[in-house]
Amino acid sequence: MVGIKSYGAHIPRFRLDRNVMQTALMFLGIAPLRGEKAVANWDEDSITMAVAAAMDCMKGENRDKVDGIFFSTTSQVYTLRQNAGIIAAALDLNTDTRAVDFADSTKSGTAALLSAADAISGGSMSNCLVIAADCRVSKVSSNGDYTYGDGSAAFLLGEDDIIASIQGSYSTTHDLVDRRRLYGEKLEHIWEERFIRDEGYMKFIPEAVTGLTKKYNLNLKDFSKVIYSCSLAGTHTALAKAMGLKLEQVQDPLLTTVGDTGVAQPLMMLIAALEDAKPGDKIMVVSFGQGCDALCLTVTDNISKVKDKKGVKKNLANRAPLISYEKYLAFRNLMPVEVGIRGEETAFISYSMIWRDNREIYGMVGSRCKVCGHPFYPLQRICANSKCGATDQMEPYRFAERKATIFTCASDFLAPCIDPPASYCIVDFEGGGRALIDLTDCDPNVLKVDMPVEMSFRIRYADEKRASISYGWKAVPVVPQ
Amino acid sequence: MTQGIRDKVAIIGMGCTKFGERFDAGPQDLVVESFTECLADAGIEKKDIKAAWWGCCMPDISVGLGAISLANILKLPYIPCTRVENFCATGTEALRGAVYAVASGAYDICLAVGMEKLKDTGYGGLPQSGFVGYKGTQMSANITGPGMFALLANKYFSKYGLSPQEGKMMLARISAKSHKNGVLSPKAHLRKEVTVEQIMNAPIVAWPLGLFDCCGVSDGSAAAIVCRANMAKKFRPDPVLFKSLQVVASSGEEMLCNTWDGAHIEGIYRAGLLAYEEAGIKNPREEVSMAEVHDCFSITEALIMEDLQFSPRGRVKEDVASGRFNLDGAQPIEPDGGLKCFGHPIGASGIRMVYEMYKQLQGKAEKRQLKNPQIGLTNNAGGFPWNIIASVCILGK
Repeated sequence: MVGIKSYGAHIPRFRLDRNVMQTALMFLGIAPLRGEKAVANWDEDSITMAVAAAMDCMKGENRDKVDGIFFSTTSQVYTLRQNAGIIAAALDLNTDTRAVDFADSTKSGTAALLSAADAISGGSMSNCLVIAADCRVSKVSSNGDYTYGDGSAAFLLGEDDIIASIQGSYSTTHDLVDRRRLYGEKLEHIWEERFIRDEGYMKFIPEAVTGLTKKYNLNLKDFSKVIYSCSLAGTHTALAKAMGLKLEQVQDPLLTTVGDTGVAQPLMMLIAALEDAKPGDKIMVVSFGQGCDALCLTVTDNISKVKDKKGVKKNLANRAPLISYEKYLAFRNLMPVEVGIRGEETAFISYSMIWRDNREIYGMVGSRCKVCGHPFYPLQRICANSKCGATDQMEPYRFAERKATIFTCASDFLAPCIDPPASYCIVDFEGGGRALIDLTDCDPNVLKVDMPVEMSFRIRYADEKRASISYGWKAVPVVPQ
Repeated sequence: MTQGIRDKVAIIGMGCTKFGERFDAGPQDLVVESFTECLADAGIEKKDIKAAWWGCCMPDISVGLGAISLANILKLPYIPCTRVENFCATGTEALRGAVYAVASGAYDICLAVGMEKLKDTGYGGLPQSGFVGYKGTQMSANITGPGMFALLANKYFSKYGLSPQEGKMMLARISAKSHKNGVLSPKAHLRKEVTVEQIMNAPIVAWPLGLFDCCGVSDGSAAAIVCRANMAKKFRPDPVLFKSLQVVASSGEEMLCNTWDGAHIEGIYRAGLLAYEEAGIKNPREEVSMAEVHDCFSITEALIMEDLQFSPRGRVKEDVASGRFNLDGAQPIEPDGGLKCFGHPIGASGIRMVYEMYKQLQGKAEKRQLKNPQIGLTNNAGGFPWNIIASVCILGK
């Protein structure tokens, strides 16, 4: 039986209070809801957030066994260059892995999940990573601007040691144009909200739920949680009532704590449900976006073995206020910011070099000397240990999951940065090795020597003229749990 | 170790431009200015120069690749001409080429010219790109000069238990001392005294380094004519002799292994060891009369005092506070105001440092003149503090 073996999530640390948004946008209108939304840092996008969720998911799992990676987003970084391939490189997956991008609709996350389940059930793969990530932008002061949030959810699917089985699905396809964005455009166009509510959500969700329960002869009353995407807080509540759900069956849509994370929304809600689930619980998940995917899962005894996940709970707790709406606009490149002449110099990226050193740059794979055991990053051919000096006695050694401490750090107001100061540090890795790397998601006022940090895959800079994004690994302070 | 080049090569002429934001001068103007003074000081003719070394670290924002730019500017008559670059030690490398060429016996008289034209970029600080290559730009952190030395300052304070106030005070005293010397230095860019309070309260660039803890970016050129020591007195009665000229490059161990303590610059220490051995100096603190060291940042000068063995490890704070390194102290450092007051036109700096030592040893340092100095040391360092090209040059009579 195919199912979920592990899960992971990433919710960006910055949270924008909708009251702060309202203050900036008062002249244009009223916020449709309150609370806060998660805003990706300037160095995050759908790919980096996918890597973060996948690393959370893969903790304790065997990367070597993964033979599929299905990635879904409606905020593609590249429309030609496989996004899942970049994620696979960051995770240092084996190269004989099937990678697929699922895109274009907010129901693509469940589409990826179901396709992975089908592939495994069909015998063409054994362990598939399914990741859904969205980094959403919308026109200033639109409903989307207020309601959307950024985040990602990841699942490892397989047939052994599953924590929840995927038992069936029912899908619909309806070309109802609630949102649209043509190729090459940055911002979406939306249709009338009342129409989307009445003709879209209020019809499609119950249709999918009914379709699923009829197909498998299930009773809605037997479900511990009925999870369904919805961008409209009031409509989410109205649907619960319309479908006759009990209060305890309704899963928080996270609109006031994270926002609507697009493809990730239903899957993040699923992770939140799994965090509180008990063996035997039946969970239904319904996505929305030109129709629905509805699926049903049953939680197994293995749920109690899940540990050390950031998931939704710990990610929610790890927050820092984004102090202004203008900062969000700057992070998402929605307003032209003076970056200075220094900031305009972007280094050319050689894809020949990137390919040759792909594992090292994207996978954070250095080398360890087999003679003296010293690990090195960047990769070395000749051992740098002055007591050893062996040539070509190295084996690959990945640093991305290694714990590290700050050897020393600095916060720099001269370095070009959209959120100054730019902080960076020299880290000492547990097990040996040392590197000079950027810090991110940190408060420069509390950085100090010996702080524990972990590694995070991030954007280093974007060269828009040449359609190149420089990706790499940075240090993030470990949040005390 | 053998004697190296001790007492084999002499300086018979030097020149140095006014350093500063020379919007009035391009590379040609700067080189002609320093060379003209240098040639006149040597009292020789241009045709007597048999080979030339050209120190320019960032040619793509000034003169372009190769050595033809120097040969063209000076109209050198089809002699060997080589451009060298070794990060911020470029000036010393140019000098080293000329000095070793003479020491080898290949040529009698050689020229070294250093120049940098940094102020055409349009922004403050060193140029952003070109330092680390295609792969380096994809793997390095978003560092700047001040930032990388702030990394060392923070580790030094942590290791030796300096409070933020104590640390900032030590650094401020170093800059204040140099600024005071700059007032007496007509060719320096910055020639105003700045108080310790002003320095400590200046805007922060990368903590603990504030505006006055950082040397500026400027334009300038300096030149030297060197010859065999045993013919130097033909040209002048007071030639200055090279006692030692050493350069070291880090193996990379500091940033790849976990043993470097982050609170000193290993390359400078090693260059010092080699230089002292070559020069026959056993007690640097007592025997080195004066020094021009690589004070790109105040913390750098502090660490260099320990790396060159002028101050004991962890205790430079005491020597700074006691005034040891002031112009009227026991071991004056940066008598001309240093990089702090001259700024750092990279290719020129190493030679400008030697210019001050040369003038001091000849008794021609005007209002900065020290009383009977015997041994002068220059230290020029480039790259990164943990992956450094470090030079030490020792001069005497």
